[in-house]
Amino acid sequence: MEEKELELLELLETNGRLEVATIATMINLSVEETKQMIDKLENEYAILGYSAVINWSNVLEYEGVTAMIDVKVTPVRGAGFDKIAERIYRYPEVKAVYLMSGAYDLSVSVEGKTMIEISRFVSDKLSTLDTVISTTTHFVLKKYKHDGVIFDEEDDDKRILVSP
Amino acid sequence: MSPSTKNSYLSKTVANLEPSGIRRFFDLASTMDNVISLGVGEPDFVTPWNIIEASYHSLERGYTAYTANAGMLELREEISNYLKYNYLVEYNPLNQVIVTVGASQAIDLALRAIVNPGEEVIVIDPGFVSYAPAVTLAGGTPVAINTKSEDEFKLQPQQIEEAITEKTKAIIICSPNNPTGSVLTKDELNRIATVIEKHDLIVLSDEIYAELTYDEEFTSFAAITKMKERTVLISGFSKAFAMTGWRLGYATGPVEIIEAMIKIHQYTMMSAPTMAQHGALEALKNGKKSVLDMKTSYRQRRNFVVNTLNEIGLSCHQPGGAFYVFPSIKSTGLSSEEFAEQLLKTERVAVVPGSVFGATGEGYIRCSYAASLKQLDEAMKRIKSFIDQL
Repeated sequence: MEEKELELLELLETNGRLEVATIATMINLSVEETKQMIDKLENEYAILGYSAVINWSNVLEYEGVTAMIDVKVTPVRGAGFDKIAERIYRYPEVKAVYLMSGAYDLSVSVEGKTMIEISRFVSDKLSTLDTVISTTTHFVLKKYKHDGVIFDEEDDDKRILVSP
Repeated sequence: MSPSTKNSYLSKTVANLEPSGIRRFFDLASTMDNVISLGVGEPDFVTPWNIIEASYHSLERGYTAYTANAGMLELREEISNYLKYNYLVEYNPLNQVIVTVGASQAIDLALRAIVNPGEEVIVIDPGFVSYAPAVTLAGGTPVAINTKSEDEFKLQPQQIEEAITEKTKAIIICSPNNPTGSVLTKDELNRIATVIEKHDLIVLSDEIYAELTYDEEFTSFAAITKMKERTVLISGFSKAFAMTGWRLGYATGPVEIIEAMIKIHQYTMMSAPTMAQHGALEALKNGKKSVLDMKTSYRQRRNFVVNTLNEIGLSCHQPGGAFYVFPSIKSTGLSSEEFAEQLLKTERVAVVPGSVFGATGEGYIRCSYAASLKQLDEAMKRIKSFIDQL
């Protein structure tokens, strides 16, 4: 991939709201070229969407719980882990699914309103799937950093105002 | 406060030293709220975590005592490797490397090691504010070369010829330059070297911004043919590794000069801070990725600021290094002090008047782009509004 494409992707990954004109000057391209590059990357599914990083614990009205669930499964002949992963990731409350090396197979991240809601999902939906051998549920107590963004980061500039 | 029998307790040299114009500006800006500062001469990044962590760990293990005068041998070895690998210059860590309290101390030591009373040292104008006073404090006489805007403020070999007298001992060069951001190419350094050799000068090459060059590969002056034996290479960790507050720099050069510098250092400083040296060791061993990331970010912001300033009507060329742009404000009819002061008072944007960096800087301002993109964007809008109202 072209170097400027990588640079553009990294800029957008850190700040999806950067204006095209700003990106263009930063990577030394015309606005038109930059637009085309973004279109191309969207068409190639390199860019899948633009979202905000939200610290929900700072949103007073919001209450929610996140759990990370380690899932052991029996792979299915011909389809490996993909079929069972799909059965799981189709649920809208499932926010992330990864195939892992090591002690278990799938890492499933689930969001719900309450712990009871997540417990029901695990006992009724997840552990009853034919190929699921076992589940271990870990509830998230506090988010410190997510997708490279530190939550509760002080962003005050500690430098003196003018220096040589 | 003066004693009754004397005019002043102060040494004449110090009494006659001009206070830095930066100081006055700092005092003014400090009284105001909501100031966006483009007047800062240091990175906006916090030191990379692995470096901070290594320093913590050194304290935990009890490394709280002095180090060797010249700095920890292991650090001097890493500095030597780093210079060899990156800039193709080789120094013996045993007697050609000294670890100092910032590059500033290295400049001071080098000048004190080589200057006899009355000898002249050439400094570049506009240039870093400390060079000329450091020459004076070392007992020498600073002689300024006024670089020209049409040369992108790059030193021309002919100008050295014109500045040389029988008293000239040395020249301080700084590439990439603070405040102009200009970078001397290998060809330009070669031409300068010819004059240096002809007149048998010593060169203090301040390469503190070496890692922050964006368009061409950096060439160290010490890597130019026959220059190593007459060059004191001065650098440090402040800019490349975002470690300004750690106060850690170094100098490398001919054995005779470095040993003389160590002699002064052992009597006046003992050794550079130990915990900072441990951080620096980690910086050299595992800091490359962080440096490259920061460099990319500076380059992007440079492009943004240079483009925007030119659009606004403050013309500036695209500097090849450091994190400063040096636009002309001559079109506004204001002096650089007036411009900076009015901009600060009406729009709350701090920049540094070019005149602070020498007479040639008059008509220019130094804007640092070591600020977040959001702040830079807002600052550019405020500067535009300021100019539109003039």
